[in-house]
Amino acid sequence: MKTLKLTLTIVLLLNAVALQAQDRYLTRTGHIKFFSAAPLEDIEANNNKVLSIVDLSNGQVAVDLLIKAFEFEKKLMQEHFNENYLESDRYPKSTFKGTFSVPEGLKSMTDGVYELDVKGQLNIHGVTKDIETKSSLTVKGGKLSGELKFFVAVKDYKIKIPNVVVKNIAEQVEVTANFEYEPYK
Amino acid sequence: MRKIYILLVVITLASINLKAQEDLLDILNSEQTEEVNTTMAIFKGARLISGHTIVTRKMGELEFVISHRFGRINSGIDEFFGLDGANVRFSLEYGITDNLTAGIGRNSFEKVYDGFLKYSLLKQSTGEKNMPVSLTAFSSMAIRTLKDPDFTEDDFNSKVSYTHQVLIARKFNDKFSFQLAPTYVHRNKVLENQENDILALGIGGRMKLNTRVSLNAEYYYRLTEELDASYKDSLGVGIEIETGGHVFHLNFTNSRSMVERGFITETDGNFFKGDIHFGFNISRVF
Repeated sequence: MKTLKLTLTIVLLLNAVALQAQDRYLTRTGHIKFFSAAPLEDIEANNNKVLSIVDLSNGQVAVDLLIKAFEFEKKLMQEHFNENYLESDRYPKSTFKGTFSVPEGLKSMTDGVYELDVKGQLNIHGVTKDIETKSSLTVKGGKLSGELKFFVAVKDYKIKIPNVVVKNIAEQVEVTANFEYEPYK
Repeated sequence: MRKIYILLVVITLASINLKAQEDLLDILNSEQTEEVNTTMAIFKGARLISGHTIVTRKMGELEFVISHRFGRINSGIDEFFGLDGANVRFSLEYGITDNLTAGIGRNSFEKVYDGFLKYSLLKQSTGEKNMPVSLTAFSSMAIRTLKDPDFTEDDFNSKVSYTHQVLIARKFNDKFSFQLAPTYVHRNKVLENQENDILALGIGGRMKLNTRVSLNAEYYYRLTEELDASYKDSLGVGIEIETGGHVFHLNFTNSRSMVERGFITETDGNFFKGDIHFGFNISRVF
């Protein structure tokens, strides 16, 4: 009987730990901006409905967004972006899945800015590529936020740019991401 | 006793497993909410050949359209296969809101001024809101300023005509879009053997050949019969080329006019006997 009591206690504790540990943080309103600087024009687009989740227990991060949710100043440009370049009817989403090593302070959610090297797979336009980028996670008053900036070579993702607009669209597009995470579940 | 042990072990493993097995991308996938997915680019231009499509300009966009129709291809070498005789229509079309477009134009053939309003009522979409078709209402008024020698009295009223259309379109897949255009044309003054009111049904479509080039076709079937048999149904085929902000059309049609009254009710060429006008539309959106 004693053994049962002991086992029961251990089991309950284990389960409680599994349920209580708050390692996952999610956002549904992440912001991703891309910026293309070309000789003839600068193009900027913003997506404010980006989904992202981080797991601090094992250093995993994932991002999921709808291509159609990118908003351009010129609606016609937005149509071209979806129809001719990213072909969003065929490839509606772009995703990223990455890993990083978790610094001690971050694990315990101590206030501070944590610089991280993130490695992972970026999927755009149906093409998956390995990327490595610097990123930072900030903890302030128990809140977690993330920032990230990297360059995407349009060519790598089989996005064709016709010669007539080659001076309007940059070969390297700057991508900036901002996430304000909330505890998940 | 043993059973209880097994149960406890199973519960523990299950709860640990639940956390370990989940892929973060799967979690995000399930978090993605369904949104209204409006169908894009049902047509690239506001014209199919001569007639309007469901496309309206977005708020603040200004489109400048230059359209040409040359003479008839079968007019021979004397007329350089029609290229000697050109008529042109200029128009400016402006998006007052995302759904409402207003335009003014002038066609050199019969010296016609025209103005129109176009309102997008329905937009094809899937997802949270499922709408099978896009629907745009179109109304135009045209004023001929060239004197018509057929009329002894040709006052202002007799030069005016009106066109009302309900444009209904559906993009069936990423290559093919189709449009129906029930049309009513009212001409204030006509000859005795002609009708003031003409009903017609426009049928047209766009077939993409690659990302930027498509084949367009348009046919206006007149439902109202007239004693005057000199007019034919308007038929046109064309190639559409789209490069960011510009839309080019190379058209072949039996209609000379580029105003609704003109091409829907007063087309006099027989397409299959070679009464074909080569022409182009050039559109630039600012």
